[in-house]
Amino acid sequence: MSLRDSWRKCLSFPFLSEIVAILIAFLLGSLVLLFTGYPPGQALRALFRGAFGSRNAFGQTLTQATPILFTALSFLVSFRAGIFNIGVEGQFLMGALVAALAGTSIKVLPFPVHLLCALLAGGGGGALWALFPAWLKARFGAHEVITTMMMSYIASYFTSYLVNYPCKAPGWVAQTHPVERSALLPKILPPTQLSFTFVVALAFAFFVFYFLFRTYLGFQIRAVGLNPEAASNRGIPIASHQILAFLLSGFVAGIGGAGEVLGVHGKFVDGFSPGYGWDGIAVSLVGRLHPFGCVFASLLFGLLRAGGMTMTRVTKVPLDLSLIIQALVIVFIAAPRFIRLVFLRRKE
Amino acid sequence: MPPLLEVRGLTKSFPGVLANDHIDLEIEEGEIHGLLGENGAGKSVLMSTIYSLYRPDEGRIFLRGREVHMVSPASAIRCGVGMVHQHLTVVPHLRVWENIVLGEEPRRGVFLARREAFRRIEALCRETGLQLDLHAWTGELPIGLQQRVEILKMLYRGASLLIFDEPTTVLTPQEVDQLIAYLLRLKEGGKTIIFISHKLREVFALCDRVTVLRRGRKVGTIVIADASEEKLAEMMVGRKVFSPKRGEEKPKETVVLAVEHVSTLPERGKALHGLNFVVHNGEIVGVAGVEGNGQTELAEVLVGLRKVRQGKISLRGEDITFASPKERIKKGLAHIPEDRHRRGTVLDFTVTENLLLGFEDEPPIRRGRWTIDLPLLRRFALSRVGEFEIATPGVDVPVRILSGGNQQKVVLARELSRPVSLLVACQPTRGLDVAATEYVHRKLLDLRKEGKGVILISADLDEIRALSDRVLVLYEGRIIGELAPQSDEYQFGLLMGGKSLVAQG
Amino acid sequence: MSLFSILNLSLFQATVRMSMPVLFAALGGMFCERVGIVNIGLEGIMLNSAFFAVFATYLSGNPWIGLLLGVLSGVGWGLVIAFLTVKYYGNQIVVGTGVNVFGLGFSAFMCQRIWGSRGASESVVGLPLLRIPALERVLGENTVFVYLAFLLIFLSHLFLFSTHWGLRIRAVGESPQSADAAGINVHGYKIVFVVVGSAITSLGGVFLSLAHLNFFAWGMTSGRGFMGLAAMIFGKWTPLGCFLASLLFGFTDALQMRLQALGILPAQIILLFPYVVTILVLSGLVGKAIPPSDYKPYEKR
Repeated sequence: MSLRDSWRKCLSFPFLSEIVAILIAFLLGSLVLLFTGYPPGQALRALFRGAFGSRNAFGQTLTQATPILFTALSFLVSFRAGIFNIGVEGQFLMGALVAALAGTSIKVLPFPVHLLCALLAGGGGGALWALFPAWLKARFGAHEVITTMMMSYIASYFTSYLVNYPCKAPGWVAQTHPVERSALLPKILPPTQLSFTFVVALAFAFFVFYFLFRTYLGFQIRAVGLNPEAASNRGIPIASHQILAFLLSGFVAGIGGAGEVLGVHGKFVDGFSPGYGWDGIAVSLVGRLHPFGCVFASLLFGLLRAGGMTMTRVTKVPLDLSLIIQALVIVFIAAPRFIRLVFLRRKE
Repeated sequence: MPPLLEVRGLTKSFPGVLANDHIDLEIEEGEIHGLLGENGAGKSVLMSTIYSLYRPDEGRIFLRGREVHMVSPASAIRCGVGMVHQHLTVVPHLRVWENIVLGEEPRRGVFLARREAFRRIEALCRETGLQLDLHAWTGELPIGLQQRVEILKMLYRGASLLIFDEPTTVLTPQEVDQLIAYLLRLKEGGKTIIFISHKLREVFALCDRVTVLRRGRKVGTIVIADASEEKLAEMMVGRKVFSPKRGEEKPKETVVLAVEHVSTLPERGKALHGLNFVVHNGEIVGVAGVEGNGQTELAEVLVGLRKVRQGKISLRGEDITFASPKERIKKGLAHIPEDRHRRGTVLDFTVTENLLLGFEDEPPIRRGRWTIDLPLLRRFALSRVGEFEIATPGVDVPVRILSGGNQQKVVLARELSRPVSLLVACQPTRGLDVAATEYVHRKLLDLRKEGKGVILISADLDEIRALSDRVLVLYEGRIIGELAPQSDEYQFGLLMGGKSLVAQG
Repeated sequence: MSLFSILNLSLFQATVRMSMPVLFAALGGMFCERVGIVNIGLEGIMLNSAFFAVFATYLSGNPWIGLLLGVLSGVGWGLVIAFLTVKYYGNQIVVGTGVNVFGLGFSAFMCQRIWGSRGASESVVGLPLLRIPALERVLGENTVFVYLAFLLIFLSHLFLFSTHWGLRIRAVGESPQSADAAGINVHGYKIVFVVVGSAITSLGGVFLSLAHLNFFAWGMTSGRGFMGLAAMIFGKWTPLGCFLASLLFGFTDALQMRLQALGILPAQIILLFPYVVTILVLSGLVGKAIPPSDYKPYEKR
């Protein structure tokens, strides 16, 4: 009796289905390793060592978590307004590019001012890239899932074109000139790449939380997202609030891209994003579409990325295992009932 | 001989509601059996369970003395049971004949046998006298004709037991008479019919026996010849029926709302044509009509969700024709939307958040430039919940888990949080139980007593006649006439069916 | 002059060929949406089937076995998507996104494991040409896919509008309550036709890896699954419409390849064409398309 009670108590733990989903994803990932002839135990150990094993490893995890936290917050803001901004990747890239251009071309401003300008320029670039699909949705009813997706592809080819031709720095690598020192975000844990960007990301998580849950505008945006008809019935304009959320979403993604350029790489390198934008969608969902949840979820995904690199180096297991595990987490998180009914045998 | 249908101990519960509590029922072959009860008494649930749309928690069902285990509507159909639902189940973008044969299509090889289908349906039409254009898009037909599609669907499948779930709510009194005539004809043809209703008049005109349900329990079954209206009414409600008292009339000095020559375009719904009426203070103006004749659109025009093409609307003398919904709310216009799940509430918001909706950007709730004053909001929510007797486990639970009546109270509490001069109430008691209905009626009458204006748009003619001072009848987007609530039902019927009194001579 | 010289019969033939992957995705997506499921995962399904087709061909040396395994992988993913979205009411867009991420990660992982490079596989034997001289004069030399596609368009049209299954599919998508009341197994229909749609989509992936390139390359579908969705919307959820819309995408793709060969513009700019066209199609030309369903999960009580 008491055993059953404690089982029931366990089942009512609020993040249980998320945790179970993550565990199952790791389990299935190990099965993939097993079937393809890699030793799963060794690989996972290398993965976790690469993520937490040392001060440097931990710094690496936080570094990898940073851009994902930005993209997750970006997706979250749009989702709360009832918009599926699948194209966070594009806004992230455009933000990075614009920040790189601002960082290289402006030469007269002193340190914090230049940095701030470059960051905001990045945010603006992202917002502008989101404005177009927002306008298409409001004006023509074009569904944002496909338009933002297409805008992502366009952004990736367009930025690639720019750093391959007009904005290319001399040399073999397709990249821009390095950003002026006055626009760089300081590193906080040398020799790792961890920079002040991480702190900015945490600040944004709090900002998004405060905006959505403590301000009237955030309240209105959430109302529009949950039930546009009821919201408009109470005098909240739907279209303008959705566009606003779209812009804000693009802005956050753009800041994320700018943070990578100004904090980590110091320039825009062609193809530097291994799909941070796509990760953000997953992280948002794993974080239950709450800013603070996103912080924890982005750490999980940062762990997968940072640890994945060590894993690949040490055990030769392809880096894409991280992607497989991420995908499985997404799929299982998408259907919480599946987890509850099949794995926990709990009735609704 | 065993009865055609026998139900024993049928129980069905939904989260938080015991919809059917051990119900026994016997339906004899060839009878029309009435199933009577208030809204929320469990009639529809009982029939939907018999039709296997819902799975019963317990209980047994016998057909012609043999126990059946029907797991889906498909097996119910195979057993010869057919059902016309309250919310019609036709597919709008299929043609009439496609809807009729859906699920039981005649085939030639792998293809649909169109000609065969037509032959069979036309034969049925001749037999029953139900006429229909089989090629029409079903969604474009008026509701009355869509209902015929449903009836033909059942007959096409050879159903011998026909269940009608409140078929008359969407019809004019004349169409109701027509339907009753059809049903009697079907009975002569050997069909057995279960007729769900909460209207006594129809039950008396049609049924042989009647079973009364109250709050999920069976009260009893009686032969109609032994019943009287009073007795059935008492069985239904379990006590004396509350009839709202309007109280004496007050002198109507000021015009609260004036609608002058208002017309709209027919996008996303019916067009309105040259509407012209006023609402005085201390007055309830009812808007009657068969559903889909512009009631929704009228409400949208009044609250600012639909553009006016021509004409003028003024509230207390102020022109609000082009004011936004927000401006109208601030000027004292309150609104109970017809669908509280879609328009009235945000189901996933908490009670507090739902009460806040529409006030979030104004002081004192908004403190400073952006922020919401949470402690003040909480006090506000608690006081509303207390004042409007909202039964809820707390102010921080989602409105989704409340009962329909309490959800409606949340809407009322919110809408009446601000000084109101006019309330537009659309179907305010639809789907509510007796107590909640009484509560809403009392609130409307209170507003009237306080000298506010109320527009009551309802499909329930009885409700409109009981509460209103004057009744406007809406037909095809026009106000086709005005009646006193005491006028007899026949006159209402004529107007609702589009026959204006003037044209009658 | 050089611009006009590329507008010839061979451009038309390339158009038809390049429209194939988009067309299969569009038809597959159409079946899913007709029963009320938005399948964003078309891209991942295609990528996976492209990989499996090459993988099986590599092991067996027989491209037909590759085709079979490619389609089977589509069936498999169709089952996963169908069960998660229909039976467990999973969010359709999220599940689809997961399938896309998985498609990308899994194919690259396996590619690296088998061929030692996550970029591209070794070349394998492609599917042989199907010789129909009469049609070759117009369509050029083609594998079975082009003919299969024409057959599929024709059959889908008949299926959807002239059989009782088609009637039921349309009813299930538009009004599941009505279909249920008419005794139709709503969940069954949804599951079966999400699987059918996914299988059709996987043909597009197999086309890319066994008829177009004869090897697997990282991310080789490059958004054609999403273009398929756009083509389906542009084609108003009908087989013929899907076909015409896919031709448009095929044309931009073919034109892009010609222009690239001429070296007039940098590759990245030319590669943008199909995506820009997709956006234009979605916004300017279709306007507000009315979908055949509200895509809400149908919950039986």
